[in-house]
Amino acid sequence: MSDGTKQLEGLKDSYAEKYGFNVPENYTFRARKGLDRDIVQEISWMKGEPDWMREFRLKSLESFLKKPMPTWGADLSGIDFDDIYYFVRATDKGVANWDEVPAEIKETFDKLGIPEAERHFLAGSGAQFESESVYHKIREDLTRQGVIFLSMDDGLKEHPDLVKQYFGTVISYADNKFSALNSAVWSGGSFIYVPPGVHVELPLQAYFRINTQNMGQFERTLIIVDEGAFVHYLEGCTAPIYSSDSLHSAVVEIIIRPGARCRYSTIQNWSNNVYNLVTKRAIAYRDATMEWVDGNIGSKLTMKYPAVYLKEPGAHGEVLSIAFAGKGQIQDAGGKIIHGAPHTTSKITSKSISMHGGQASYRGLIKVRKGAHHSKSNVVCDALLLDDLSRSDTYPVIEIDEQDVTIGHEASVSKVGEDQLFYLMSRGLSAEQANALVINGFIEPLVRELPMEYALELNRLIQIQMEGSIG
Amino acid sequence: MAAVLEIRNLHVSVDGNPILKGVDLTVGQGETHALMGPNGSGKSTLAYTLMGHPSYEVTDGQITFDGIDLLELEADERSRLGLFLAFQYPVAISGVTLANCLRHAVNSRRKANNPDDRGMPIPEFRRMLKEKMDFLQMNHDFAGRYLNEGFSGGEKKRAEILQMAALEPKIAVLDETDSGLDIDALRIVSEGVNKLSGPTLGVLVITHYQRILNYIKPSHVHIMLNGQIVEEGGPDLALHLEEHGYDWLRERESGVVAA
Repeated sequence: MSDGTKQLEGLKDSYAEKYGFNVPENYTFRARKGLDRDIVQEISWMKGEPDWMREFRLKSLESFLKKPMPTWGADLSGIDFDDIYYFVRATDKGVANWDEVPAEIKETFDKLGIPEAERHFLAGSGAQFESESVYHKIREDLTRQGVIFLSMDDGLKEHPDLVKQYFGTVISYADNKFSALNSAVWSGGSFIYVPPGVHVELPLQAYFRINTQNMGQFERTLIIVDEGAFVHYLEGCTAPIYSSDSLHSAVVEIIIRPGARCRYSTIQNWSNNVYNLVTKRAIAYRDATMEWVDGNIGSKLTMKYPAVYLKEPGAHGEVLSIAFAGKGQIQDAGGKIIHGAPHTTSKITSKSISMHGGQASYRGLIKVRKGAHHSKSNVVCDALLLDDLSRSDTYPVIEIDEQDVTIGHEASVSKVGEDQLFYLMSRGLSAEQANALVINGFIEPLVRELPMEYALELNRLIQIQMEGSIG
Repeated sequence: MAAVLEIRNLHVSVDGNPILKGVDLTVGQGETHALMGPNGSGKSTLAYTLMGHPSYEVTDGQITFDGIDLLELEADERSRLGLFLAFQYPVAISGVTLANCLRHAVNSRRKANNPDDRGMPIPEFRRMLKEKMDFLQMNHDFAGRYLNEGFSGGEKKRAEILQMAALEPKIAVLDETDSGLDIDALRIVSEGVNKLSGPTLGVLVITHYQRILNYIKPSHVHIMLNGQIVEEGGPDLALHLEEHGYDWLRERESGVVAA
C-alpha cells in the first residue's frame, strides 16, 4: 500500500481533467426525453426482445408510476423524470475487439485506461457507453470452460431460457421505485454464468460511462455462480461534469449456488452531477459466500445498500462499504443482510469520510428470521470527519426473531484530530500529506481487500478529492 | 557551526490562560540539558510550543533555531530544520505503519532540500531502518506495526526514539520520556538516547523525576516553576532536588513574590 501512496504524492490532476471530459454526442439512436409506454415499447423493439420481456417492462413501468418517491432517506426531489433521456444508442453493435469500437468511444475508454487494464490484470472486460455495451470480451480458455460473460442484452439473446429463469427473481421489479424504473427501461449491464467448480482466478470487469447530458443509465446485471465456483466481478464508472443532472439507476442480481463464492467490487466515481440510486442483492445458498466491496467516491447523491439473503445453512455474507463525501455530496450507503436459515454468518464493515460539508450516512439492516438459530453477525461502522462543516449519520436497524443468535454492533465517529496532524507534522510531513496519510490509514483495512490496481485507483481518487483541502 | 536553539523571554498562553511567563533557555548541538519541575509548571507547554502546536499561543518572546525565527514556521518546517520532539503521549495512527510514516518523514526532508528528489529508494530505506532498529536493539517486526496502535508504554517510547534515530535531528526535545516506563524499559530507552548522543545532537530532557538522569547524564539542569525557570545548575542540582523535592524552591519563589 505504501508504494501506492508514494506514487500518489505530487499527483496534481483533478477529476475534471482525468474523467470530466466528454466527446461529441454522436449517437445512432436516441429516444426523446421523458418516460411513458411508448418509450418503453420503443426500447424493447429497438432491442428486438421477446414478448415476455416487453410485458415485464410495461408491468414495471406501471409499478414505477404508482410508487411514490421514497422520502425516508436523502432528498430526491431534484430529479425530474421528464427531463431525462432514457435510451441512447451510441453504436449499432457491441464488439469483442477494441479496434472495432468507434473511434470517439474508443478514445474515451483509452483515456480511462480500460483496454490497458484488460491486458494487465483481467480475465475479461466489458465497456458500456450510454445505454449499451460497446465491448465485451472474455479470455478464450474461460469460454472453453463454459464461463459466460456477455452484455445483458446479448445474454438475453443468446441464453434466453437461463435469463428468463432468473431475471427479476432476486429483486422484484416492485421492490422499490428505482428497481421498477430500472426494470422498465433497463439496458446494458453484464450477464455472467460460471459453471460448477470453475474458479475464475482473475477478475471480470465492467466499466460504465455516461457521455450525454441529462442521461439516464439503467444497466442490469445478473450473475449466476454455480456450485463450488468462484468469480470476482469489478465495476467502475465515470461521467463528464455537466451543470445539469444525470441519473444512474442499476439493478444487480446475484445467485450463488451451494459452496460457491462471489465477490463484487465497485469503485463508483460518477461526476458530481449524477444521482446514483442502485439496488443490489444476492442470494446465497448452502455454504455459499457473497462479498460486496463497495467504494463510493463520486456522484451528487448515492443511495445504495448491497444486500445478501442467506437462504440456506452455512451461507456467509459480507459487505465492505467505503464512502467519501466531499463538497456538495451525499453518500447514503451501507448494507443489508437477511439471515433466513440457521448457522448463517455475516459481517458489515462501513467506513465513511466526510469533508467540505459532505454528508455520509451508514444505513444498514441485519435481520434474523425465525428459525435462523445459531446465526452470527457483526457490524462495525467507523466515520471520519475532516472538518466541522461535514456530517456523518448512522441508521442501523437490527431485527431479530430468533433467540439463539450472536449479534455485534460497534460504531465510532472520529475527527482527524489536531493531535494526529500535529504528530505527523512534527515528523516533517506537510499538513496535506498528514491528512492523506491518516485517511489512507483509515481505509486501509478495506483497500487491502481490493486488487492492487483498484487499490491504487481508490487511493488516487481520494487524493484527487483531497486536493486543495488544506489552506 | 553547531546549531543552537535559543528561547528568549517566552510567554505562552493556552485558551487565554498564561502558562509560560518569560522563559529563557539555550540548547546547543552536542549538549544535554534537563528541564525539571513539578506537574503543571509548564514543561510540556514548552515542548509543544517549541514544536509549533497550534493550540499554544506565543504572546511574547522569541524562539530561534540557528538564527531562524521558529515562530514563523509550521511544525513540519521546524522538523525539517532539525528539531525533534519525542512525545509524552505518542498519538496512534490506525492503518499507517511506523515504516510508512517514517518513509514519508524521510522523503519530506529530502524533498525540502531538493524539490526534484524522488524519495529514498525503498531498498535503501529498508536498510537504513533495519540498521537503526538493530542499533536500538529493536525487533524488526516493529516497523510493520500500525503507528502506536496497541503499543505498550515502553514500545511507544522506543518507537519515538527510533523515529529520532531515523530522522537524525540536531536538537531533540524528550518530553517526559520516562513517564509510564518500568525500570527495564527506562534503561533501554535511555541507552537508546545515549547511543544517539554525540557532538551532532543536542538533547533537552523534560522530566518530573530525577531517575532518568541516572541514565542520561545532563550537563545542564534547569528547574521550572509556574512558567518560569527559577534555578539552573549542573548535575548536582538534580540530585539536590531528588533529596529535597521542589518545596524549598516554591517557598523561595513565593517569598520573592511576597517581597
